[in-house]
Order: sequence, then structure tokens, then C-alpha cells
Amino acid sequence: MSKDMMPGFELYQPDSVDGAVDLLGRYGGEAWALAGGNDSLDWFKDRVKRPQYVVDLSGLDELRGIREMDDGGIEIGAMTSLTEIESSALIQERYSVLADATRRVASPQIRNASTIGGNVCQDTRCWYYRYGVDCYRAGGNECYADTPEGQNREHCLWGADRCIAVSPSDMAPALVALDARMVVRDADGDREIAAEEFFIGPDIDIERMTVLEPGDVLTAIRIPADWAGARFYFEKVADRNTWDFPLVNIAAAMFVEDDTVQSIRIVAGAVQCIPRRLTAVEQAVTGQPKNEATAAVAGQTAVRGATPFNFNHFKIPLLQNLVTRAIRDA
Amino acid sequence: MSDKNLVTGPESFPEPRFDDGALTQVASTKASRRQFIKGVIASGAVASSAAVFLTACEPGEQGAAPAAAGGVERLLTLNVNGQMRRVDVMPNETLAMTLRYKLNLTGTKLGCDRGECGACTVLLDDVAHYSCSTLTHAARNKAITTVEGLESESGELHPVQQAMIDELGPQCGFCTPGQIMSAVALLTANPNPTRDEARLAMSGNLCRCGAYDNYLNSVMRAAEMA
Ligand SMILES: Cc1cc2nc3c(=O)[nH]c(=O)nc-3n(C[C@H](O)[C@H](O)[C@H](O)COP(=O)(O)OP(=O)(O)OC[C@H]3O[C@@H](n4cnc5c(N)ncnc54)[C@H](O)[C@@H]3O)c2cc1C
Ligand code: FES
Ligand code: FES
Repeated sequence: MSKDMMPGFELYQPDSVDGAVDLLGRYGGEAWALAGGNDSLDWFKDRVKRPQYVVDLSGLDELRGIREMDDGGIEIGAMTSLTEIESSALIQERYSVLADATRRVASPQIRNASTIGGNVCQDTRCWYYRYGVDCYRAGGNECYADTPEGQNREHCLWGADRCIAVSPSDMAPALVALDARMVVRDADGDREIAAEEFFIGPDIDIERMTVLEPGDVLTAIRIPADWAGARFYFEKVADRNTWDFPLVNIAAAMFVEDDTVQSIRIVAGAVQCIPRRLTAVEQAVTGQPKNEATAAVAGQTAVRGATPFNFNHFKIPLLQNLVTRAIRDA
Repeated sequence: MSDKNLVTGPESFPEPRFDDGALTQVASTKASRRQFIKGVIASGAVASSAAVFLTACEPGEQGAAPAAAGGVERLLTLNVNGQMRRVDVMPNETLAMTLRYKLNLTGTKLGCDRGECGACTVLLDDVAHYSCSTLTHAARNKAITTVEGLESESGELHPVQQAMIDELGPQCGFCTPGQIMSAVALLTANPNPTRDEARLAMSGNLCRCGAYDNYLNSVMRAAEMA
């Protein structure tokens, strides 16, 4: 199937965000917002998603760039490339966890083309779903990964609800750890959504990964000043260092005083359909000395209640170790 | 996760849903994948055939919406290797397709067509991109450089190309144009990379022959030569 054409579509290249919002609103479910194209074009080539109207956001300079906000936080335009984010001095200095996560995404060429908006809006990589079968997420009545022979090595440990696919993004956990805000525009104007609420699981809507609805454009991601300059940790484990999606990743931000954890946010990716905020770990370590013993407790706490499938038991010790290391080494 | 795992699915592997595209005219949606592929081959609608590409992919023939006002103009002027080239580009055309099959610049290779190998790497404004994963219309305001555009006007090879020869960089050579373009992008941004920096910059180019060290030697030699 690989080297033939994508099916046809009408392509629009609006010159303003409002123009894009207008087009996407007008064509609703028939339309598709195109950012870097790294996820989008795969779906089109595989003929699994066939929008009639594609709205290319690449000409919208107002969606690009990293700005300082008045309150000391920063705002990253949704069309800012991953390469720009990983090499931004501002981000490296204040929010290095985001730069570290970005550097681990895909490959250099993909990071040159991909955008932060596309990265957080990208669809799950469950290969049954991406292959185009009529699974739950595709509107059908079955999950092919959740069967005795189902190839579910990459699938979830929590939040299974008919679908057992996971969040594929390396940047999303870092953004949730930083308590980022997503700025979304539709015909009625702008609204701000906490990153934690932006991602949704199959219990809320089995056919979407985010709250975005047809006609919505993610315009920017704001990172509040709260966690600037905190101690950070990011680690990703994947089969290969290049291209491969996380098997598990971990992002943490914490403030430590007198060797005691004052406050912390810690988030794991690829273990649930949404980036999983480990609130039990946060509670267990806050006020505790930052040492090996606390780190060990954190690791054990992180995996409580994990429900593996046939081929993904390995994710439990993997997550436990990553959390232990995050608390110990941040 | 990558496509390689698809071959290890269970016996009862389900059939994908194909929509009513041009290709499915040769196979019903209920046909097995094997039948489907056979059908495609029998009809001649195989991958890299320029004739099929140019004739069978008009949006109208695939049941797409009729042209609506405000959509892109198909006739583009692309800046390719320093020349302005007029070319008729469909909305659903990747840059790799345009370069290879419309502009005859077949130095740019197609390996996976999915952003997973780097054979199609070209430069857009001096930055390395996968041309298989770029819509040509999205590149219309960029300076596009392919491997054909590297040699000097007098026909002298680019230092990276010369270094590839001197260091016996390639084995089979299929991934070489992509490797060269990544190396050129690196040396433009960072003329004196460390070996580790070079390794990272070249990491988006897969080499099935495993000639990675030879390629790295070539990049380091090119950096010395330049
Ligand atoms: C081979 C490969 C390996 C990868 N490996 C990794 C990895 O290891 N880690 C990782 O985190 N990611 C990985 N990715 C994902 C990649 O980094 C991109 O982030 C992702 O493909 C989408 O970004 P994009 O800008 O190309 O967006 P597109 O593909 O154009 O868009 C993706 C989705 O987001 C929607 N969208 C995009 N922008 C907006 C917006 N502003 N408003 C509303 N909707 C929007 C689109 O409609 C589409 O549904 C990989 C991708 C590939 C192809
Ligand atoms: S052909 Fe473009 S990355 Fe493989
Ligand atoms: S030289 Fe053969 S694929 Fe790289």
C-alpha cells in the first residue's frame, strides 16, 4: 500500500486563524486541520481517515513562536516546531523538562516539521485502530487488542473502557506536569483549558483523544510561571532511540527545600489513554525527605492498581523504576 | 509502535475498512487483504508508476468534493535547487511525488513513505525534512534543495558528496541521498560538529545496510574539508 497517492481532497491555506476557524466550522466533521502533517498524512495514505476538506495551518505565522507573558510564564504558538522548542534558550532555562521531552520525540526531520499543537492532538498508535479495522474507537463493537492473542504490548495499564489504547505523546506528560493551559478558538472566541482536562479517555468519548471538537483550533499553549526553574525529570523508554513511541515515559516537576519535597507534579505517558497524573505519588512524597527510601515508596505507589494485559506486564516494573528514578534524581 | 509489528497479528486478523477510493474500484471492501493487493497489482495501479500517478489520482475520480472557491491554485511556482519551476500540483500530492514524478528529480528516494526511514530527506530553507510527509503546497514558499542541487555550477561535488566517496560511505546506496541531505543540513547549521552531534543529526536516516559508521566518518571528513 505504501507508495500510491492519498485520496483527493480540497486544500485550503487560509491566511488568518479566524479564516481557518471559519472553514473548519463550516465543514465540521468533513474537515481536517493540517499542521506538520506527520500524523495526518499517514491516516490519509492508509485511507482510514478521508476528510473532504483539509485546512493547512502552516501559513499562519500568528500561531508560531515562543513569547514571554506578563505574569512570567510563556506562551508557545500551536504551530511552533518541536525543533524550535527543544532549542529555545527560554524553555531550556525555565522549563527544561519540556525541552528534554521534545528532544526525545521521533527523529530530527520529524521534529523539524512537527508542531506542538499536532503533537498534543495526535491520535493513538494502537496498530489495530491505525490499520483501519472497525474497532470501538473507529465506531465498531470490538477491541482487537483486548483478546487472548491480541498484540497489546504497547497498551494501557489503567483506564481501559472497551478501548485499551494509550496516549502516544512525549510532550503531553511534560505539559501536564507544568500545569499548562491550552488556548482553543472556535467561532465564539477563545477559551483556556487546563492540559489535564484537555486529554480525554474512552470513558468520556471513545472516538477522540482530546476535548477538541470539529471547528476548534488550538492556537497556543501557555505555561504558567508557577513551575519555572523547578527541579525537573524526564525519561522515556522506547524500543529504539529514534522514531519509536514511548513504552513508558515520565515527567516530573518539583520544588525541594532543605532536602524535603515541598511540592510536586508527576505524570506518566503511554500507560493510559490520557497522560496519567500520579496524584498518589505526589501525596506520598510531599513533605518527605528527597532520598532513596522516599523514591522507593513513590515507585511502589505509582503502580498500585495497574491492570496489565497479556503482553504488557513489563510496563509495571518499568513505570515503577522510572518513578523511583524521577524522585531520586530530579 | 511501527508497522513492522503488523505481520505478527493473530490468525483471525480483522480486515481494514477501505473507503470508496480509486484503488478500491479493483477490490470490494469485503475482499481479503491478499486479494486486494493482487487486485491492485493486476490493475497496474502499483506504487511508483508515474503514469498511474499522473492519470489516476485526479480528485474528481476519487469521489472527492468538487472544487470549492478559495481552495488552492494547482499551478505553482516552486523554488527547486535555485530554479523557479512551474508545476501543476494536486492538493493531495507529497513533495516526494512532485520531485520524482513531475520534476524528474529521482535522486530523492522513497523508502517507507511514512516518515520512518529518511530516504526522502530534502532541505526546506536549509532544514532537513521528509519530503514523503510534506504536502507540496505547504512547501511552496520555501527554497527546496535536493541532492541534485548540491554540486557547484562547475560540476564540482559538494564536500559532503566528495567525503562520502573518499570514506566509502554507502554500501548499496539507496539511503545515500537522504544521508547526504541530513549531513548538509547539519554542516550548514553547525560547521564543526562533534561525532556525537553528527550521530544525533543523522539519526533520522535509516540504513538497511548498516553503514552508519562509514556515514559518520564521511560527515566528519566533510566538516574538516569545508
Ligand atoms: C514515525 C513517527 C514517529 C513518531 N514518534 C513520536 C514519538 O516518539 N513521540 C511523540 O511524542 N510523537 C511522535 N510522533 C508524532 C509526531 O511528533 C507529531 O507530533 C505528530 O505526528 C503530529 O504533529 P504534526 O504537527 O505533524 O500534526 P499533524 O499530523 O498535521 O496533525 C495531527 C492531528 O492534530 C490535529 N491538529 C494539529 N494542529 C492542530 C491545531 N492547531 N488545532 C486543532 N487540531 C490540530 C490535526 O487535525 C490532526 O488530527 C511520531 C510521528 C511519526 C510519523
Ligand atoms: S520515504 Fe520518507 S521517511 Fe521513508
Ligand atoms: S547503504 Fe544500503 S541502505 Fe544505506
